[in-house]
Amino acid sequence: MTGSATTAIAGTRSGKPKFWKTNQRALAPWIFLAPGIAMFSLYVIYPIIASMWLSFYDWDGLGEKVWLGTQNYVELFDDDAFYTSLKNNIIWLALYMLAVPAGLFIALFLNQTVTGIRIYKSLFFFPFVISQVVVGLIFSWFYAPNFGLFYNLIEWITGTGVAVLADDRYVTYGIIAAGLWPQIAYCMILYLTGLNNVSPDQIEAARLDGARGWRMLWHVILPQLRPATFIAVVVTVIGALRSFDLVSIMTDGGPYGSSRVLSFYMFEQALSEYGFRMGYGAAIAVILFAIMMVFISGFIWKMIRDERGM
Amino acid sequence: MKLLKTALLGSAAAAIMASSALAQARVVKYYADFDPAPLAAFEAVIADFEAANPDIDIVLQNFDHEGYKTSIRNFLSADSPDLANWYAGNRMAPFVNAGQFMDISDVWTDNNLGETLASAEGSMTIDGKQWGVPYTYYQWGIYYNKDAYKQAGVEVPTTWAEFIDNCAKFKEAGIDCVTTGTKALWPGAGIFDYMNLRTNGYDFHMELTAGKVAWTDDRVKNTFAEWAKLVEPGYVTANHAAIDWQDAAALLVQGKAANYVMGNFAVAVFKDGGMTNDTLGFMVFPEITPGIPRGEEAPTDTIHIPAGAKNVEDAKKFLAYIATADVQTKLNEALGQLPVNNQSKVGDDPFLQAGFEMLSTADGGIAQFFDRDAPAEMAKIGMEGFQEFMVKPGNVDAILDRLEKARQRIYK
Repeated sequence: MTGSATTAIAGTRSGKPKFWKTNQRALAPWIFLAPGIAMFSLYVIYPIIASMWLSFYDWDGLGEKVWLGTQNYVELFDDDAFYTSLKNNIIWLALYMLAVPAGLFIALFLNQTVTGIRIYKSLFFFPFVISQVVVGLIFSWFYAPNFGLFYNLIEWITGTGVAVLADDRYVTYGIIAAGLWPQIAYCMILYLTGLNNVSPDQIEAARLDGARGWRMLWHVILPQLRPATFIAVVVTVIGALRSFDLVSIMTDGGPYGSSRVLSFYMFEQALSEYGFRMGYGAAIAVILFAIMMVFISGFIWKMIRDERGM
Repeated sequence: MKLLKTALLGSAAAAIMASSALAQARVVKYYADFDPAPLAAFEAVIADFEAANPDIDIVLQNFDHEGYKTSIRNFLSADSPDLANWYAGNRMAPFVNAGQFMDISDVWTDNNLGETLASAEGSMTIDGKQWGVPYTYYQWGIYYNKDAYKQAGVEVPTTWAEFIDNCAKFKEAGIDCVTTGTKALWPGAGIFDYMNLRTNGYDFHMELTAGKVAWTDDRVKNTFAEWAKLVEPGYVTANHAAIDWQDAAALLVQGKAANYVMGNFAVAVFKDGGMTNDTLGFMVFPEITPGIPRGEEAPTDTIHIPAGAKNVEDAKKFLAYIATADVQTKLNEALGQLPVNNQSKVGDDPFLQAGFEMLSTADGGIAQFFDRDAPAEMAKIGMEGFQEFMVKPGNVDAILDRLEKARQRIYK
């Protein structure tokens, strides 16, 4: 419709070059895309390239940039703090995945019609609504030595309390537990919407064929929840890799840097009070970007495959 | 209104059409990071200055304390004020070296500040020039709970050996001998500074923070060996890595801890918690190696003129004013801290008096603080090492190796 209307208008202007008229179909999509492309290049593509470029320099944000070549990377691969952060990122990725099955089971549990179920659903969803900063604060009080609920519980059971956030063995797990709380809620809501679309006919048919319990879940429900699972995995992987706020709020990377993750280490090196090594921070960012690219490429590959119906 | 005045002034100056009505007062832009009480004190001082110099208008823009530390880097290079707060020692070195602060040696020579501010001259000097004016400082030392001492039945110690003996008795009584909260890292650096100052002396401490001595040096190991006497038997509050310094202050107030190595600003927190001059005590950190000159720790806060300042002349006038004895007396009375000018009067508060007495008799020298004496990067890695040591004293060799590796990279 729009196309013919424009043609009509263009047609009335006689004497104008025919360029627009002949190339209209080829150009129109680009014109519509132009604002998006401009924004995307300015705010995404350019910063990525600039960060990569910066990672070859020594720069404190004030003085002259000094070309270092790959020296930042050489130092990075000999930096214990970098390996601590990398290890923690992997732990984050692995344990954060628990949010997907946990969210699924809560969703299955809540997917029933009882009086007031909406209230229960909202209550379960609540942790995702409150800010990560608040989640971090609540959990740091929960773990706090001397007065924290968790600390006192452990003290009551075993006789000696464990200050989770002061112990380099447990601190990362403690923060991940805090992160899982809202993440499970997020996965749950994704599955709840997915469950709405599960076809009742197929369930009915499966029931007639004698499927129940686990077999019903595995062979009938789950395949229909595939799109929800995909999204849940994507948001969880990204959530795990960009975990920053909880680390910053709960421990500030401590004790002695043992709860750092790559994104936090980058911030510490480049922007915190004692940092301002822009080049080194950029090098960490590039590594983090490379790790993310592995997952992002995987997701995109899967999406393209699905779209082509393979 | 002030903003409007500034805008008008700026355009007027640019167009060279200054009418007397518009250009009555010359504006000095001042960026600072005061907490509420110091802010009020400074506003009073500025009002006095403006009354004495009606043709100058000081426009104070106050920032949040933590945010200031990052925003200063932006505004110094982008939109520079005429005056800016910062800190003495190595902490100002990046700005001095990058040419962001102005050399104000003339303010020092014209006003004879080398004499009146003598104690701070060293920490304000880089390359033989002075780069700012100090207006306040405060001592560090050991604050203790007198009731806890009574409860454990021990006397206030004067030597390190006595201090450690006391710790054993505190432990029996179920009291933490030394408390601290190293969640923000820096409180641990205060303990390290004193351990090193008392074990090896001020000159060595300065060489170490200036990167001239290896962290794997035997003398550094001696410091950590003395420190281990405190850490290994568990005389320091457990889980200090998870608590803030204010939470540790609460332990001292409640009598669950006996001693706290802290700066004088903590007195306000102790007193808010209900301690009085009768229950709160202050002592000089006890002697470890006998006979070495006693060095102390007293961080200094300073004001600088950025290189991009527009009204340098009036800014210098204000700095000279801030440096005078009367102004520093008045200012520090309100701040509850110590004036740098040696002709100023110190407030009546017993802790200020004790601090003043301690600092004026320190024959070793006055250190700023680990994160001001050492470059920022070294400070960060160092303070993490101190925290780790206080949790796992057995890792001392690995920690020192790590610090040494960092030293070789950072100081070139």
